[in-house]
Amino acid sequence: MMKKNEPLTGSHPLLPNLDQEIIDEMLLKIGAGSVEELFSDIPSDIRLKRGLRLPEGQSESVVRRDLQSRLASNKTPPNSLCFLGGGVWPHYIPAAVESVVSRQEFYTSYTPYQPEISQGMLQALFEYQSLMCDLLGMEACNSSMYDWASAAGEAARMASKVTGRRRFLLCGDIGPTRLEVIRAYVSPMDLELESLPFDVRSGATDFSALSSRITSDVAGVYVENPNYFGVLEEGLLDLSARLHEKGGLLVVGVDPLSLSIVKPPGKYGADIVVGEGQPLGIPMNYGGPHLGIFAVKDLRLARSMPGRLIGMTSEKDSEQKAFSMVLQTREQHIRREGATSNICTNQSLMAVAASCYLAMLGKTGLRRLGEVIISNSHYAAKRLSRVDGVASPLFKGPFFKEFAVGYEGTRAVSVYRKLASKGVLGGYPIDRGFRLGREAGLFCVTEVHTHADIERLAVALGEAVMR
Amino acid sequence: MSRKGRVGYIPPLDPKIKKSVGPPSSYIPRELRREDDGGGDALNLPELSELQVLRHYNRLSQMNFSVELGMYPLGSCTMKYNPKVSEMIASSDGMRHAHPLQPEETVQGLLSVLHELGEMLSEITGMHRFSLSTAAGAQGEFAGVLMIRKYLRDHGLSEKDEILVPDSAHGTNPASAAMGGFKVVKVPSGESGLVSAKVVKELASESTAGMMFTVPNTLGLFEGEVVEVSKAVHDAGGLMYYDGANMNALLGKTRPGDMGFDIVHLNLHKTFATPHGGGGPGAGPVGVTERLAEYLPVPVVSKGKSGYYLDYDLKQTVGRLKGFVGNSAVLLRAYAYIRLLGADGLASVSSLAVLAANYLWSLLDSEAYPVTHGKGMRRKHETVVSVRSGLPGGAMQSAKALLDYGVHAPTVYFPLIVSEALMIEPTESEPVEFLDEYASALNRISRELKEGRLGNVPRNTSVGRVDEVKASHPSTLKVRW
Repeated sequence: MMKKNEPLTGSHPLLPNLDQEIIDEMLLKIGAGSVEELFSDIPSDIRLKRGLRLPEGQSESVVRRDLQSRLASNKTPPNSLCFLGGGVWPHYIPAAVESVVSRQEFYTSYTPYQPEISQGMLQALFEYQSLMCDLLGMEACNSSMYDWASAAGEAARMASKVTGRRRFLLCGDIGPTRLEVIRAYVSPMDLELESLPFDVRSGATDFSALSSRITSDVAGVYVENPNYFGVLEEGLLDLSARLHEKGGLLVVGVDPLSLSIVKPPGKYGADIVVGEGQPLGIPMNYGGPHLGIFAVKDLRLARSMPGRLIGMTSEKDSEQKAFSMVLQTREQHIRREGATSNICTNQSLMAVAASCYLAMLGKTGLRRLGEVIISNSHYAAKRLSRVDGVASPLFKGPFFKEFAVGYEGTRAVSVYRKLASKGVLGGYPIDRGFRLGREAGLFCVTEVHTHADIERLAVALGEAVMR
Repeated sequence: MSRKGRVGYIPPLDPKIKKSVGPPSSYIPRELRREDDGGGDALNLPELSELQVLRHYNRLSQMNFSVELGMYPLGSCTMKYNPKVSEMIASSDGMRHAHPLQPEETVQGLLSVLHELGEMLSEITGMHRFSLSTAAGAQGEFAGVLMIRKYLRDHGLSEKDEILVPDSAHGTNPASAAMGGFKVVKVPSGESGLVSAKVVKELASESTAGMMFTVPNTLGLFEGEVVEVSKAVHDAGGLMYYDGANMNALLGKTRPGDMGFDIVHLNLHKTFATPHGGGGPGAGPVGVTERLAEYLPVPVVSKGKSGYYLDYDLKQTVGRLKGFVGNSAVLLRAYAYIRLLGADGLASVSSLAVLAANYLWSLLDSEAYPVTHGKGMRRKHETVVSVRSGLPGGAMQSAKALLDYGVHAPTVYFPLIVSEALMIEPTESEPVEFLDEYASALNRISRELKEGRLGNVPRNTSVGRVDEVKASHPSTLKVRW
């Protein structure tokens, strides 16, 4: 039998005016005979005559129990070990960071359109921009994009628009999902994407072959550092010099935590930096919300940037420092079809988390974190090299927290699934499209992993590769 | 306050690992190292204790207005209450620690939620299928525009290069159309504030790829000729895109699919009560009718013989717009919200949201706050009034004055077709008593404005009127400390 479209009766915690007496008073003031009359401007042939086919509403205790039990069935830390990376990585989130982002003053507010009552969010975002500039070695950072991949897509678009050129080069060792997103973002543009070869021994881009391809019609080059295989790219200073000589822009994608001990892109000629801010105090959340980083070196480029920017100013009638959104004429709500991007809602709360995270660790803590991560990852790579039937690390290039492991006579996808069945998530199969000529999986080791965790991984991997 | 060596958190190094590894710097070639020798490379982050950091952010939070502090009727943003239980659920380990690349068989619980959510959104909008991957409304729009583009090309219609957008539309619509490589053709609203099918028919041509349409529109008016408008665009061979920013008015009342739309995005942070996070995150899932189902951005969550999985096998997909899956933790909250309300509850949300908007409007002094369009028509989820103070900047003055009453201002100066606009969306969350107070504050402000007694507002905020002009220089985008 078809359910009728009937209003809810009784009380509901989310609907304070659900009370016939209140409704009648409101209708009286409006001068309407019924709530239904307020919808009489909807032509009757498109009115929904039946009720929506959805479950009945339930009390929060019921909904909470159901969802918590379904989520508890997921195999995740702390009940499983996670050694997966690829653009989202397991890191520890200090309790104080969680406490700050769970303050409703931050999370139930919106875009700071009224700066006088939004100084808290504005200042937090301004501090995020400042701290990120220091970490990246850049001059201007926006207050967030959706994620790394979409930031990379926007960067490719921006490089083409700023230079007026139609060729954009991508390193062959960038993350495959980033590659797909960049493709989709530039698909409506007249922009040709070209992939650069990498060296299957080092796992890094082969820049020697690159020089001849950088000509004066290249809008830019996108390189990830560390790249998808976790390998740090060498030779970027030469690349940027060559590129700048020809008037192109260098776009670098980063894991911000690597910059605790690795030279920041601003120091080797990056014009635009994008990246994933998730390791800075943001949960993995099965893919989001995360934090897209977008920064530029030259302040003149700031006017062509996508996304929201916060600036420091003062009160109108005094020198009292204050913050507000700036350069809004780039944005869609003012410039409409002429805007630098259509982005409106962004990931502000995640930017607050990141700025709080950077403040919590500070100069000393962040450096120490980088040292712990690189120690753990190198210990793990070495430990896995003692497992029969695997080559670890597969590539010879230097790495930060991720490394590829090659398998003999076993399919990577089977190792990945067998590991998961043993409560160890890791060894994400490296796509055959990379043409490594062998089966391999990607592992990520960070500060959350202990000696015992790595031992458990080694044992599980040994069992998983056994034929 | 920063002091050398001070930290809020220090990560541990396992002593057993420390014993068997070399110095960390030995793993990085010299030219790639970030040296810590005080040179140009060195990090310059502040060095603070945990308590210092907390005091700083807690103080900042006290300088920030939010839904849980007071009424926040920002038009077009649907600042409704965000149920606490959704936050509790989203803080589960099974959500926070789930990695997007872990095998699907290890994350069935969450995938079942996402799959059900997609089906629920299809039912609510009258669409055939949803992709949950897009991160915000604007990204949903970009996905929609890319689908229009690809669909037309696949049907040999690549010469269609214009998208119709009403002059009352959100700025994201023309911006998304332009990002998708289309020319934007502005559709003028009539005096009523509505788009007429006749005008659309005149503008539609063989170049028309589609139309982006917001219903109810940004004036809060239901577009009564939407069916005829859809038909006119379809007759010209174009596709209809529904901007779901204002869906809070229509849950269970009518559905975009029944109005003739082909593509829909929903802003889950608006209609489905996920928190706005000071500007984000949101989620902007995009749904389509059957003929466009294979064009959706990937992945979509499908159900197969051995369970739920991330489906990349869509033959005509416009591709991937986000690195991983979607804003899953936002999607989970929206699902919880739908479960809390159910079918009847959602219909009541729209009833009460529309009731609140019309009620608040009825309390306003109609000479001080007249409507410029659609006189005599009922409003849906929001009301746009024009501030008639006889003074330029009346809307801005009124908005700033409101801040002193412990409430947030409406959206100002939007939509662009209304001069001195205040766009008020109270939502169904707001108890009637607060609607009364808000209206009486606005009425008092208009009297003070007219009589020149308003003075320098705001007075009670953490800072006085902010100089936004002075801020608009790129050199103020970061600070040295």
